[in-house]
Amino acid sequence: MFKSFLTLLKRDLMLALRRKSDVFTVLFFFVIVISIFPLGVGFEADTLRKIAPGVVWVAALLASTLALERIFANDFADGTLEQMLMTPQPLSVLVFAKVIAHWLLTGLPLVLIAPLAGLQYHLSLPTIGTLMLVLLIGTPVLSMIGAIGAALTLGLRGGGVLISLLVLPLYIPVLVYGAGAISASMQGDVPLQAYYLLLSAFLLLALVFAPWATAAALRISVE
Amino acid sequence: MAINWFKYSAPSSFYPLAGKMVPVFMTLAIVLTLGGLYWGFFQTPEVLSDQKQYYKIIYVHVSSAWMAMWLYVVMVAWAVLGLIFNTRVSYMMASATAVTGGIMTAISLWTGAFWGQTSWGTWWDWDPRMTTQLILLFLYIGYLALQSSIEDTRRSDRASAVLAMVGLAIVPVIYYSINCPNPNECASLHQESSLERVESNILIGMLVTTLGFWMYCFTVILMRVRNIILRRESHTSWVARLEEMQ
Amino acid sequence: MTLSVKQLQCSRGDLCLFQDLSLELQAGQLLRLEGKNGSGKTTLLRTLCGLFMADEGEILWRGESIRKTPEVYYRELFYLGHQNALKLDLNPLENLQVLSRLVGQNVSEEVIEIALAKMGLAGYEDVPVRKLSQGQKRRVALSRLLINEAPLWVLDEPFVALDVAAVELLQSIIVQHVQDGGMVILTTHQAVPLPETKMQRLSLDRYV
Repeated sequence: MFKSFLTLLKRDLMLALRRKSDVFTVLFFFVIVISIFPLGVGFEADTLRKIAPGVVWVAALLASTLALERIFANDFADGTLEQMLMTPQPLSVLVFAKVIAHWLLTGLPLVLIAPLAGLQYHLSLPTIGTLMLVLLIGTPVLSMIGAIGAALTLGLRGGGVLISLLVLPLYIPVLVYGAGAISASMQGDVPLQAYYLLLSAFLLLALVFAPWATAAALRISVE
Repeated sequence: MAINWFKYSAPSSFYPLAGKMVPVFMTLAIVLTLGGLYWGFFQTPEVLSDQKQYYKIIYVHVSSAWMAMWLYVVMVAWAVLGLIFNTRVSYMMASATAVTGGIMTAISLWTGAFWGQTSWGTWWDWDPRMTTQLILLFLYIGYLALQSSIEDTRRSDRASAVLAMVGLAIVPVIYYSINCPNPNECASLHQESSLERVESNILIGMLVTTLGFWMYCFTVILMRVRNIILRRESHTSWVARLEEMQ
Repeated sequence: MTLSVKQLQCSRGDLCLFQDLSLELQAGQLLRLEGKNGSGKTTLLRTLCGLFMADEGEILWRGESIRKTPEVYYRELFYLGHQNALKLDLNPLENLQVLSRLVGQNVSEEVIEIALAKMGLAGYEDVPVRKLSQGQKRRVALSRLLINEAPLWVLDEPFVALDVAAVELLQSIIVQHVQDGGMVILTTHQAVPLPETKMQRLSLDRYV
């Protein structure tokens, strides 16, 4: 079971290495969304600092939903998804591998580029640390929940927009506490532990239940 | 006496049953709603005269807001029944319920906006209850959007059922996060129920109207499900034999 | 080792494709499905693979419902549909390795190379599948027949897009598998040279 998990994880990473553009489009989308906000709201440092948590998170949510469309689409189109449905292991294990690979390719880069956003929005060093940490805990939750939406909309016309419609409301808790933690860290002496614990709890729940729901959705959609 | 419930899981036997229930629920809906509104409008004390009686919109506002939340649970229940027993009527009930639920959510938001304008001077406020209601509307919209974008009815039924279940699982978390965006300030969620402070005559009016709304929802859901059955079963012989088809 | 299908009924949308379909396949037998376009051949194959949910009826493998013990069934089932299930950016060797590892099978590189060579793809091991022709891609997919250890093969139009030489090769592989005690279910317009005793035919046109 673990072997097929690793096989699939390795395969998806290898495929991404051979088509790097897919990874970079999501990353640059994130960077561009973050960079055009100040053009709209003005360059005043205080305003920027105030909107930074929300802007970064909303950009991350949008980037995540954009990237999700492709998570199963290629495997569906070339028939490998069918083969995955017919393996002796539980499908949720393979789904788990795919979502992890997807997060490594589209979520982790956002975490790593986040300090750039921190500089653009005049955030202090500790706040940038918080920003990276909450993105690190929060973006896998987005990938996990989003995968359910991607599985449900597999092969549908206008799948991308539809995914956003389905999963954006479900992202709200991550948005609220992810952005809340960053705002709180700007006030200095507010303890952040509660935010981290809540986000970690979401992550844990998503890791346990989302692959299972995604597997069920895939079986329905591939039929 | 044991009733064979599965008998009614066939569209051909559920259709006439629903047809028989519609007039009953409709009568109850009219009587209860009018009764509740009458009680609320004319039997309540005029203590709130400073608010110019605008508050009376709550008989519609609160009732529809409750219905919006309950119907989501009802919808998921039908969807789960469908997934477990693979009964087509359950899925049809789920999708009929979703439409009414979405409309109820919209009504509650709309009436809430009017009430907010008259009592707070603003159409919209990011108050936790209103925000939750707005998210609920989005969940209904997502469900209906997914359902209508899948052409194959079996896939559309089952896929939207999964989505509804996922939605219901996450709703409490969404509710918590909206009510308590700062976890340092509320370790546990103890929102006091505002019902206890309500004057008893107003409460009676509200409860009776809500009961009327329940009946109204049953009525339109059953009418809608009859339409869905006819549309989906139009190729079958039992539909062709129906009197209204002649 | 028996695959038995009992009173199967499948429909797509409002259309009932077939109903009350029963069959039984023993080791060392081949089942050939026939029927017009749209008669439900592919749907039947997908149902047999557990990909499509039947309205009614059940499918038993070794006496157990495939819904209840999929982990047993899928270890012994090999399915090849219209699509080749190949990743265009990987080469044939990598593709076959990944696919066999996914079903929990450990195959050495030599075995895969021998299989590819037998399918006439020697020298193409390291070429991305994207650069191969349609027929070559199909051959890569079909070389999985030589690698997998599953007794039951379900093949949907396996002869499509193959040239004459490849058709003959595939015929001999299928015949060999049946003679070795394997089971094959396929849809094709191509003749399969097998003695009638080992061959069952099923026409779906009768079940509408």
